[in-house]
Amino acid sequence: MRRSDLGEFEEVVLLAVAVLSPKAYSVVIAEELERETGQTVSTGAVHAALQRLEQKGYLRSELGEATPERGGRRKRLFTVTALGGRVLNDVRSVRNRLWERIVPQTILKWS
Amino acid sequence: MKPNPSPPRWLDKLLNWLVAPHLREEVLGDIHERYTLRMQRLGERRARQTYWREVLAYVRPRFIRRKPNQYPNPSHTDMLRNYLKIAWRNLTKNKAFSTINIGGLAVGMAVAMLIGLWIHDELSFNNYHQNYGRIAQVRERGIREDGRRYSNTSLPYPLATELKTSYQRFFKHILIANDPEEHILTADQTKLTETGRFIEAGAPEMLTLTMLKGTWAGLQDPHSILLSASTAQALFGNADPMGKHVKINTDMDARVTGVYEDFPHNTEFNGIKFLAPFVLWTSVNPWVKEQQWNNWFLSVYVQLQPGIDFDQVSALIKDIELNKIRNLEGAQKQVASQPQIALLPMSRWHLYGNYYEDDKGPVQMVWLIGLIGAFVLLLACINFMNLSTARSMKRAKEVGIRKAVGSLRGQLVGQFFSESFLVVGLAFVASVLLIHFSLPWFNDIAAKQLTFRWTNLYFWLAGLGFILLTGFVAGSYPAFYLSSFQPVKVLKGTLNSGRLVATPRKLLIVLQFTVSVTLITGTLIVYRQIQHAKNRPIGYDKAGLLLVKQKTADFKGKHELLRSELKNTGVVFDMAESRSSTTGITMWNGGFSRRGTGITCPNGCGTLPVSTEYGQTVGWQFVAGRDFNRAYSSDSAGFIINESFAKLLSLNNRTRTGKETAASLVGETVTWSPGSREARTYTILGVVNDMVALSPYESAIPTVFFLEDNYNWINIKLNPQVSAAEALPKIEAVFKRLIPTVPFDYKFADQEYGAKFAAEERIGKLASVFAFLAILISCLGLFGLASFMAEQRTKEIGIRKVLGASVLNLWGLLSKDFVVLVLIAFLLATPLAYYAMSDWLQKYEYRTELSWWIFAASGAGALLITLLTVSFQSIRAALMNPVKSLRTE
Repeated sequence: MRRSDLGEFEEVVLLAVAVLSPKAYSVVIAEELERETGQTVSTGAVHAALQRLEQKGYLRSELGEATPERGGRRKRLFTVTALGGRVLNDVRSVRNRLWERIVPQTILKWS
Repeated sequence: MKPNPSPPRWLDKLLNWLVAPHLREEVLGDIHERYTLRMQRLGERRARQTYWREVLAYVRPRFIRRKPNQYPNPSHTDMLRNYLKIAWRNLTKNKAFSTINIGGLAVGMAVAMLIGLWIHDELSFNNYHQNYGRIAQVRERGIREDGRRYSNTSLPYPLATELKTSYQRFFKHILIANDPEEHILTADQTKLTETGRFIEAGAPEMLTLTMLKGTWAGLQDPHSILLSASTAQALFGNADPMGKHVKINTDMDARVTGVYEDFPHNTEFNGIKFLAPFVLWTSVNPWVKEQQWNNWFLSVYVQLQPGIDFDQVSALIKDIELNKIRNLEGAQKQVASQPQIALLPMSRWHLYGNYYEDDKGPVQMVWLIGLIGAFVLLLACINFMNLSTARSMKRAKEVGIRKAVGSLRGQLVGQFFSESFLVVGLAFVASVLLIHFSLPWFNDIAAKQLTFRWTNLYFWLAGLGFILLTGFVAGSYPAFYLSSFQPVKVLKGTLNSGRLVATPRKLLIVLQFTVSVTLITGTLIVYRQIQHAKNRPIGYDKAGLLLVKQKTADFKGKHELLRSELKNTGVVFDMAESRSSTTGITMWNGGFSRRGTGITCPNGCGTLPVSTEYGQTVGWQFVAGRDFNRAYSSDSAGFIINESFAKLLSLNNRTRTGKETAASLVGETVTWSPGSREARTYTILGVVNDMVALSPYESAIPTVFFLEDNYNWINIKLNPQVSAAEALPKIEAVFKRLIPTVPFDYKFADQEYGAKFAAEERIGKLASVFAFLAILISCLGLFGLASFMAEQRTKEIGIRKVLGASVLNLWGLLSKDFVVLVLIAFLLATPLAYYAMSDWLQKYEYRTELSWWIFAASGAGALLITLLTVSFQSIRAALMNPVKSLRTE
């Protein structure tokens, strides 16, 4: 597979969409990522990544319901497409294979 | 939970403006929701602090770029582009038509622009001088004995001094100058003959000379000279000329105090190669200041003081001369001519500076040429209109469909205009190229130095205006006519455009050919007139006759020596001296009487001193009597008169003894007592044929010749057996030896005589070029129309052929229409040309007749050209196989 297709941030966002599905939209994704990583994540960055992923065909979107805190504006909900799922699986299996091949004593220790 | 305080307004507004419309909803919703979440978690202050960072994250092209509209918004340019596309397709579809259209229009525009440049040059004459609007020349206006009004630029010396003493307050400058004349300039070893003027010191400032070296004050030293750049280069090469010594003729010494840029071609002073102080001239010609009111030989230029106008001053100085001479002894004749002094502003010098005030020749020429230019352009426009309307049937279906689909009439008008602008634009480009390549040639014919003003903004503006005007004129007819079709009729095929379209088209052809035939006739007559004057017997033999001007006094007293030395070379048949060259008369007098009765010379008679062998040298043709002869010393009191003078004598005598022949006049005596010399009685020795000395278009001047050592010219007749190339070096060697101070400059009499035809030949050439172009353009149009007609009648011709029509029949059928039109044009053109040309011929005393055959010839010529043009198409159509033509659908 072509790994250059999927940036690191994009991969995380794609994963987050899969996690939060079917209620994934940029605000909750950003919040989720903030919580998981402890870094500030702006909705703008997430939104841009979502658009890129949608262009590549890994995501699909539709407009969802409006809420008062959004000032009555609708949100765009994202779901992972079949292609997106396959890409995620591919990435994961590559990682897994690599992890499995690490000899136990050389596992990097941290903390 | 208290109600949501909203995030900063202005940031929202910024985002609203920044983010593309289709993303606004989700983006704004997102950051508001995020804000609310943050506020709940961290409090309003922190939420507000992080908010702008959220906003910044959206400032990226991805969110800013607008989504392209699914339904594009058609603009004006889209439709225009379509118009141009259709126009282009139409052009390339009919290549022959398009070439005729664009080529014809380009030629027409090129002619119009060339003429525009020419007129601009004529009207901007003398513009070079910055004081253009304030400079004038003083002129003497009056009435000649023959009743014609004249305006003379040569003025008497006292007039100039009178202006200076009594009227100085009106003028910034009053400058006296002599006539431009050739002088010998000597610097070290270099000798040059250059035309120059002696003028007073204010000249450089008044004429605002562009000084390359030195200043405007250069003429204040009485022994100074200003050289033109070209003269300085010729005299001194690349060395610095400032302060160098220059000898003018043999008697005037000067130092170079400045170098000015040569006067450009379209100035009155063009060709003046040096300026020297007037006082330098008078210092060696003391007679100048002694002259009275009866010698006219000076020019006076003035520049007005600011705030004063020409008419004002003209009115004040009007009677200066009359007041002075009114009571002068012997000036009755001068008073009778009612001389009035007037100022002629510089702007009028070129076009209104004629000696005869009523001769409007130059101005008429400008308007005439302008008119011709406009006409040639008009012809080209007519072609365009004609061809466009002729093709209207082909476009009619297109118009019908466009209208049916919903085109408005205005849009169709726009379409046809854009088409015509495209064609005119292409033609303009072509015409600019044409001008670029033909300008040197045109300059040659018109004796101008026109340049194409590539960098001049006004030229391009004018060009743009030109395109718009021509495009509008040429495109208006098709635009308004074609767009008026009714779609129902057109698409049903019942549109009958026959008569309706054909009539204006025919009118246009008639107009075109009227102009062409008029131009052809005019050209023929101009050439006839020139030929007529060239064939006029000139009374002497100009072949192999060399004229040398005696520029300095060094020639004096060397007559016999020069003559014998020249004859010894073997290349010279004979040599004689004279007061005038054979192509001029420089001494005019009156005061002749015979047996006590005065003989009036209407405008003065020529009185020319010659040396004994003059007759042999120039080849006089004797009607009666004999030539001067060295053997008779009494010949010094003898006259040889020309036929005109003989006629004058017999005319004055008719009352007494009846008609006299030339032969009977020989031996008669004539008393000559002009005011300026002693009265003397002369015997008539012989009568010679009139010599054409001045204009070959005017009647000859009554002239007497007599022996008197008062010569300005040397006439040398070459030995007819020797070629000029062989003879000239030998003659030059003699002159170099005997008169070493003067460079050997000579003229050929036949060339000098030929120069008298230059103006008319120029008109002839210009007229023939324009006539040729006019007929070319007309024929292009005709050719296009004929081919169109043949194409339209393909079926008809096929059927006629099947039914048995012969090729000749069909040829007649197709050509007849055009021939009739050209005949009508001929009938219209003939009186026009007759009127215009007889008016033109009126100004020549010696003129050709307007014979009927000239008109017939030009009519026949136009007819022939028409037939040739049309036949090409009609014969081709007539020869076509009817099977093929009937099968076409």
